[in-house]
Amino acid sequence: MREFDYRRADDVSGAVALLGADPDARYLGGGTNLVDLMKTGVERPARLVDVRTLPLDRIEPAGDGGLRVGATVTNSDLAAHPGIRHRYPALTQAVLAGASGQLRNMATVGGNLLQRTRCGYFTDVTKPCNKRAPGSGCPAVQGEHHNHAVLGASEHCVAVHPSDMGVALTAFDAVVSYESADGPGELPLADFYLPVGDTPHRETALPPGALITGVTLPPAPVAARSRYRKVRERASYAFAIGSVAAALDVSGGVVRDVRLAFGAVASRPWRAGIAERVLTGAPATAEYFAAAADAELAAARPLPDNGYKVTLMRNLVVAVLSELAEEAAR
Amino acid sequence: MTTATTGAATPTGAVGTAHTRVEGRDKVTGAARYAGEIPFAGLAHGWLVLSTVARGRVLSVGTGPVLGMPGVLTVLHHGNAPRLTTDYVGMLGVPPDPTAAVFQNDRVPHAGWPVALVVAETPEQAREAAEALVVTYEQEPHDIAFSGTRPDTYPADGHMPALTEKGDVEAELAASAHVVDEEYTTPEEHHGMMEPHAASARWDGGRLEVVDSNQGTTWVADEIVRMFSLDASAVRVRSEHVGGGFGSKGLRAHQVSAVMAATVLQRPVRVVLTRRQMFSLTGYRSPTTQRIRLGADPGGRLRALDHRSLNQTSTVWEFVEPGAGVARIMYDADAHRTENRVVRLDVPSPTWMRAPGEAPGSFAVEAALDELAEKCGIDPIELRLRNEPERGPVSGLPFAGRNLAACFREGARRFGWADRDPRPGVRREGRWLLGTGTAAASFPAGALPSTAAVTAEPDGTFTVRIAAADIGTGARTALTLVAADALRVPTERVRVRIGDSDFGPAGIAGGSMGTRSWAWAVTAAAGELRERLVPGGTVPPEGITVRSDTTAALGALTQRERHSYGAQFAEAAVDVTTGEVRVRRMLGIFAAGRIVNPLTARSQLVGGMTWGISMALHEEAVRDGASGGLYGGDLAGYHVASHADVPAIEADWVDDPDPDDPVGIKGIGEVGIVGAAAAVANAVWHATGVRHRSLPIRPDRVLRAGEPRV
Amino acid sequence: MAPSTSSTVTLDINGEKHTLSVDHRTTLLDALRERLDLTGTKKGCDQGQCGACTVLVDGRRTVSCLQLAVASQEREITTVEGVAEGERLHPVQQAFLDLDGFQCGYCTPGQICSAIAVIEEHAAGWPSAVTEDVRPEAGPPPLTPEEIRERMSGNLCRCGAYVQIVQAVARAAAETRTGTEGAAA
Repeated sequence: MREFDYRRADDVSGAVALLGADPDARYLGGGTNLVDLMKTGVERPARLVDVRTLPLDRIEPAGDGGLRVGATVTNSDLAAHPGIRHRYPALTQAVLAGASGQLRNMATVGGNLLQRTRCGYFTDVTKPCNKRAPGSGCPAVQGEHHNHAVLGASEHCVAVHPSDMGVALTAFDAVVSYESADGPGELPLADFYLPVGDTPHRETALPPGALITGVTLPPAPVAARSRYRKVRERASYAFAIGSVAAALDVSGGVVRDVRLAFGAVASRPWRAGIAERVLTGAPATAEYFAAAADAELAAARPLPDNGYKVTLMRNLVVAVLSELAEEAAR
Repeated sequence: MTTATTGAATPTGAVGTAHTRVEGRDKVTGAARYAGEIPFAGLAHGWLVLSTVARGRVLSVGTGPVLGMPGVLTVLHHGNAPRLTTDYVGMLGVPPDPTAAVFQNDRVPHAGWPVALVVAETPEQAREAAEALVVTYEQEPHDIAFSGTRPDTYPADGHMPALTEKGDVEAELAASAHVVDEEYTTPEEHHGMMEPHAASARWDGGRLEVVDSNQGTTWVADEIVRMFSLDASAVRVRSEHVGGGFGSKGLRAHQVSAVMAATVLQRPVRVVLTRRQMFSLTGYRSPTTQRIRLGADPGGRLRALDHRSLNQTSTVWEFVEPGAGVARIMYDADAHRTENRVVRLDVPSPTWMRAPGEAPGSFAVEAALDELAEKCGIDPIELRLRNEPERGPVSGLPFAGRNLAACFREGARRFGWADRDPRPGVRREGRWLLGTGTAAASFPAGALPSTAAVTAEPDGTFTVRIAAADIGTGARTALTLVAADALRVPTERVRVRIGDSDFGPAGIAGGSMGTRSWAWAVTAAAGELRERLVPGGTVPPEGITVRSDTTAALGALTQRERHSYGAQFAEAAVDVTTGEVRVRRMLGIFAAGRIVNPLTARSQLVGGMTWGISMALHEEAVRDGASGGLYGGDLAGYHVASHADVPAIEADWVDDPDPDDPVGIKGIGEVGIVGAAAAVANAVWHATGVRHRSLPIRPDRVLRAGEPRV
Repeated sequence: MAPSTSSTVTLDINGEKHTLSVDHRTTLLDALRERLDLTGTKKGCDQGQCGACTVLVDGRRTVSCLQLAVASQEREITTVEGVAEGERLHPVQQAFLDLDGFQCGYCTPGQICSAIAVIEEHAAGWPSAVTEDVRPEAGPPPLTPEEIRERMSGNLCRCGAYVQIVQAVARAAAETRTGTEGAAA
């Protein structure tokens, strides 16, 4: 870890000014990912701008039943917030499914969206990785990839985004607010992450030097009946090998509204828009849930050792939507 | 002068009574200091630099720029490091692993091989300088492909003969009513103790002092003496609290490089391994490929047993993971063949890890027996009871107590085995399929020669000094109880000091031999001291000390098959649509000698069983073919069981004192893991009807095996 | 302002203020262990992957290996050395000792700090990943062994003392509840 300058920002515009256009400067939030990456040499910043104490730690009403979550709200506070638990229970479940109690106390909403993949090639500077060292290659395609992407990947990178929280936010059409040198801006989460293509090192559409200031959850009555299910290789304190955030509104046995997003299958939280379209207006039965999952997963391009994820995601969709449908029928 | 008193002629009964750890208060308050936590004036910090190639040689070490970095004191590498002696056989009967004998030549035999040590004033400076050090290599193609079909495997002895053979296996298999012929595999597994390897070395008045975290100060001191060609009296190794060992904490690169740097710089130097460095420098359990062939008559009696176990080792050190040793003790057959083989690859050296041989070997044998029970239509416990041998199947020696049947009977009763429906895949609870499984366990009961000193102090207390190691086993507490009983005084009057090579030679905390070895020495010294103390006599200010040495007593032991045994039971829940497996409950009943401290013994047995869950479901180090190094070699990439993975586990025991041990001890450190993974795997089969012969039983493997569509 | 790579900081640890100059790279964990001789907090992985370094920061459990010392000012830090009241052990410490909730003891300070926070988080009504219904109207979940296991999962124990740790946390939580009710009455 190289020596670095450290500044604490007093306000949002001050933070953006402190970072400036310096490509070697980074914002420091909870530090749970950045400090780790600095220890492994993946990140070698020359300056840290500490934004943890900025007044962005509130969760407030937004619009007609929506909520605005400040960027420095910790994962713990987000998960415990009564409004989130009441209106978007899958978001609380997703946050609680991630990391550990200690890490959730530290990690912030803004940082969660910007966390880097846990691909073992990316986090090991002795190995090639196009995301970390563009042009060095992607050893995962021929090497270890049983927990890599089946959707939206490219030959240049098959890493998955590690966030649980982001999967639920994606399902609920969250919008990211940021501040840049050019002033404030907004990005729907749907447009926040860039396609992998041949530039896996370029991960988000944020302007250079921009600071995430918050995330807005639009009103979504369907989210009141929602659920997050995560499968991992131990029962807790592990990243997903597949996860589903789902919300379902059923009336008269027919799907009126549905939200569906997948985790650990792509370089970004994956909104299952095809499946949602198949399901909307369809009977709320396991057969239709499976057909919808199949429609979404038709685009899957598994590698030799991660094809199980297609089965897993299909089964998870059917299981979670069936549970929600049963609840609705009760 | 004070009056010397020991107790009345009756023992105090401390042995066998639950006692909280004597150092427990220090551990729960943070007062207990581990190796990297002892302050030294003027301490410098060393940081190891590891090779990034898996095979080749070091061409250059760019020390110039690094020596100019802030705080950097020196860079040691093969071009300037002190020369070491490595052509010796150490206390454990093996030559040193060259991975520990750092910086002696330019060869790189595996990824993560130590190539340099950077020493600086602060850890932050040392780390950055180590990361900045440019090392160039001449890289050669490497070969890390471990498989059972390689042509270059060879039989290897290790601590037991490579091959045992009797009868005609092929003929007996051909004549058998039921045959199992399967391959079982276990992956590369790592010790993962919570405390990283750490050592501080300093020269003080002509003596070398090393404060270390190890499983035997005598052992490590002896290795340092030989490697650095020093007088035995010139080296003192201390290791008071040890944050877990499991076989990995012997002589390693951190002590040797710290001693080198302390010698070169003539100031104290500490070297602490990072978690990632531990994954390539501190040994591991080799992956195994095991072929098992069993043949049985219609009643389940074994006619043929053939077990071949293969493990990998490095190109610089031969280590045998003797998986095929299990059946030499556990099961007889008319034709009986067992063989351990190894293959040398461009990988780090494996080493002892909790129940070496027995842990992977018992998985294969006990899973195969479960398959045989299914084929024979016989209850798995009954099958094992029908195959209980009278004498050692290979040695022909009598058993010094073999209470396996008692373990199964008691375990079956408490687990509710009698109500078990043998059919697989027929119990469902919500999304979970449920099943139960069982397996047998055994581990050798041995002892190593040890010395102890027991002192009657003028104030009426007693001090025991022994170079024992408490790596979490509760040895310090157990020895306190043993000494109290031998002295016939209350435990409050006994103080046990351990972890110091100056206390005289003693065996290691390893092979489930620690407490037995040390208790023997303590009992001998304490017993003699008690006899020497005349009731009403006086104790001089320096106390009265009696020393013991168990070498002769151990040499006089009758040859017997001396082992601990156990019966493992597990209930597993499997969601075949997601691949998730959860262990719902576990029970282990053990016959493991006299239990000195029921509180800590239960913890240790439960800990072993927890390892079994972890081995069955989680642990797997993945080696990357392209680089030859590990993929995800840290505690996020290498999963050990977390709290959420471990249900209420019960461990208990049957009365089983060893007839030839002065306290009746056999050893409990390892038997808890043996068979545990097989019990879980057998339960997964009972739940789903699918046999998983490759560990760990990860969700992707469950999904691939079942391919269920909902 | 010219860049600087070290700062003088004041850390509030166990109720005591410590002023020291730190390299910005120094984590709170290393400041505690290497600079302030508070070695009760353990370094297991230094990457947030094991929980051995858990301390309480402003009452909340935190892995001190990922927390920079320079960013830890103006916060109340409690380490395992600061949880007992004089000679009287914290109920969690006493339960770990009595029920043998450890073996080698290296993960223990982190487990204890984590457990203290788990009891408080549960008392505050926080749900967990195994809470069946996380909606506030469902009310707080009982602190079952399953809830304790999930909430404690950020603290690895390689010796395998989980079974006894869960028992210890349950006992300490029950004692804390009784104590609170007693005080209220």
